[in-house]
Amino acid sequence: MSINTKNVSIKVEEVNKITSKYMGEEPDYIALLQEIQDKFRYLPKDALKICSEKLNIPLSRLYSLATFYSCFSLTPKGKFEIHVCMGTACHVRKAPKMLDKISDHLHIKPGETTKDQNFSLETVNCVGACALGPLITVNGKYRGNLTVNQVDSILKELEEQVE
Amino acid sequence: MKKKVISICCGTGCNASGAGTLFSNLKKKLNNIKDIETEITVKNTGCHGFCEQGPVMVIKPDNIFYRQVRPEDADTIIEKSIKRNEIIEELLYEDPTTGKKIVKEEDIPFYQSQQRLLFGYNGDINPRDINDYIATGGYEALKKVFENMNQEDVIKEVKDSKLRGRGGGGFPTGKKWEAAFLTEEQDKYIICNADEGDPGCFQDRSLIEGNPHLVLEGMIIGAYAVGASKGYIYVRHEYPLAVNNFSHALKQAREYGYIGENILGSGFSFDVKITRGGGAFVCGESSALVASIEGKLGEPRDKYVRNTEQGLWGKPTVLNNVKTWASVPFIINQGAKWFTNIGTKDSTGTMVFSLTGKVNNTGLVEVPMGISLQSLVFDIGGGIKGDKKLKAVQTGGPSGGCIPENKIDIPLDYEKLTEIGSMMGSGGMIVMDESTCMVDVSKYFLNFTQEESCGKCIPCREGGRQLVEILNKITQGEGKEGDLVLIKEVSKTMQRGALCNLGRLAPNPVITTLKYFKNEYLSHIYDKHCPAGVCKDLISYSIIEEECRGCQKCIKSCPVDAISGVKKEPHSLDQEKCTKCGSCYEVCPFDAILVK
Repeated sequence: MSINTKNVSIKVEEVNKITSKYMGEEPDYIALLQEIQDKFRYLPKDALKICSEKLNIPLSRLYSLATFYSCFSLTPKGKFEIHVCMGTACHVRKAPKMLDKISDHLHIKPGETTKDQNFSLETVNCVGACALGPLITVNGKYRGNLTVNQVDSILKELEEQVE
Repeated sequence: MKKKVISICCGTGCNASGAGTLFSNLKKKLNNIKDIETEITVKNTGCHGFCEQGPVMVIKPDNIFYRQVRPEDADTIIEKSIKRNEIIEELLYEDPTTGKKIVKEEDIPFYQSQQRLLFGYNGDINPRDINDYIATGGYEALKKVFENMNQEDVIKEVKDSKLRGRGGGGFPTGKKWEAAFLTEEQDKYIICNADEGDPGCFQDRSLIEGNPHLVLEGMIIGAYAVGASKGYIYVRHEYPLAVNNFSHALKQAREYGYIGENILGSGFSFDVKITRGGGAFVCGESSALVASIEGKLGEPRDKYVRNTEQGLWGKPTVLNNVKTWASVPFIINQGAKWFTNIGTKDSTGTMVFSLTGKVNNTGLVEVPMGISLQSLVFDIGGGIKGDKKLKAVQTGGPSGGCIPENKIDIPLDYEKLTEIGSMMGSGGMIVMDESTCMVDVSKYFLNFTQEESCGKCIPCREGGRQLVEILNKITQGEGKEGDLVLIKEVSKTMQRGALCNLGRLAPNPVITTLKYFKNEYLSHIYDKHCPAGVCKDLISYSIIEEECRGCQKCIKSCPVDAISGVKKEPHSLDQEKCTKCGSCYEVCPFDAILVK
């Protein structure tokens, strides 16, 4: 059986399989949610419902975790997830300007996904590659030592890949 | 047969600039060479520390240091340096002050004043091969503990070493262990805090990525000392390589009998589990971290009961930072006395700093405690980028403070840093030059702590918000008389009333910048002017006609078509259209853009 939520269809069996690993005495709900997110790239509502029923915990508890920890997302992410590093070293090397530029180009704010589901823009507090600052990661891949002006060409390159 | 090892830094920084491809290129080429009498190993190791020059490599045993090596350099390196023992000039490091090329790793000023204890073996170890760690004397401390020391002996040695918490708090490690040891509870836990949420900090990550067994060995010794049977390592989810390398290390350590049931036949059993953090800075706070491992919200609790009495699942728990655990094997192997000889009287051993910002040699720096900030920034760090003037050094992450240029001779130890309003923290050190606006910097940190506040207590939740609002107004030119008094009052309330250190220390950046750079605040408030030219609402861009050569680069880079003009003639900038993005300033080759 599969349920369609927005654009991603989740397989109930898959959620069940993940959830069953966390049924011990001290279930680690954060790890459970991380695993579900790894699978679907966000936390689909129906998946959370299944977890809540199977583990017999209130759905609100899962939602509170999902909204407290920044690694979780309740909306589907785009094909390209762009994280702009906003660490101090990047900050003093003009990361905020780079963020503005990307945001202007994609017409979305940090935390949002473009309507065509191609790009998500996020900020991250520090990825720990400070010598390469300012930097962004695209689907986890580092693009360092950037200048504000390089942003356009990177985004164009990604847009071409989408098409 | 002669032996040579090419050690390539494959830490996250170097990897991001192509170290991985360089490694596989070298491997491929070497596989095809038969006519050579030397046995050559290529090793992908953890971070060598000199991130600014990445990707870096060292050819051993001669310690020839190459920097900014590109994947396509693999051929030349093998042909020249390996086959013919020649030095490749272009790949050598050039001392920016003397202009001289330096051949050997140990002769580079960046490494010369360092005392690399925890990071010393990174260049010799492939983090995914336990035998490399053993070859450097790894797991000897553990054997020594099992053969010659009981729990009290281990605790005494750590106490005598005066090792203090490297997460920043500086609490004596031995004391913490003793407290957990003395409880009557049978079930105990130990935790390694590898959350490292501080922006501008990456030493914990580099250590787990580069030498995971060192951290693990420290944890096993600690577990034995306090009598814990289970340990957790809490790693930030942004650190996938650290998680991978540590998992791999656990697997190998289990195969070799260093963790698991009846370790090395001692009768002591211990295992470690990896927990991935959820991306909440507050989880670096010990009680919040414990809550997070229990699968709850990472909210701190009031700590009238310490973790060593009731921590994880209500049981006695010892929680230490990555660097603290990694120091333990050295103390056991070489003795407490040896350890106290490094550093100062009350701050012993070494400290690892992430040196970043506007400094020439960005990277990880390990120095004995007590070294002066001056030496760190100028001798090791190689001075300020672009020959600009040093303005301040921010230490201790978002909870730390800014040290002004005239206090740069202070020795770096826990007490001295606290005295001048900053702190050791987890070792972040951000160098700022004259182009940094201190009001903007404190706004940045306050914004960070406010966003990361868990919201449980009012002083932190509301106080942080108020401070950010006041600072926002000041940077937008709407600052008014009385703002500075209000900042001080709110800060005091937070320092006294917040539940945990995130809230208590959050005002630090604004308090120290106000103390040392008051004029800058005053000029924002009264003159509506940002001296550093950073705060968008207080500056304007214009073109200096005499300097402009009409190259049109700024026209092309301007996203809102605010600049116009014909080739080879001075351009003009339309203030109405300008969004102050600074693109023109970035590209202008003639310094013709004026920021006022």
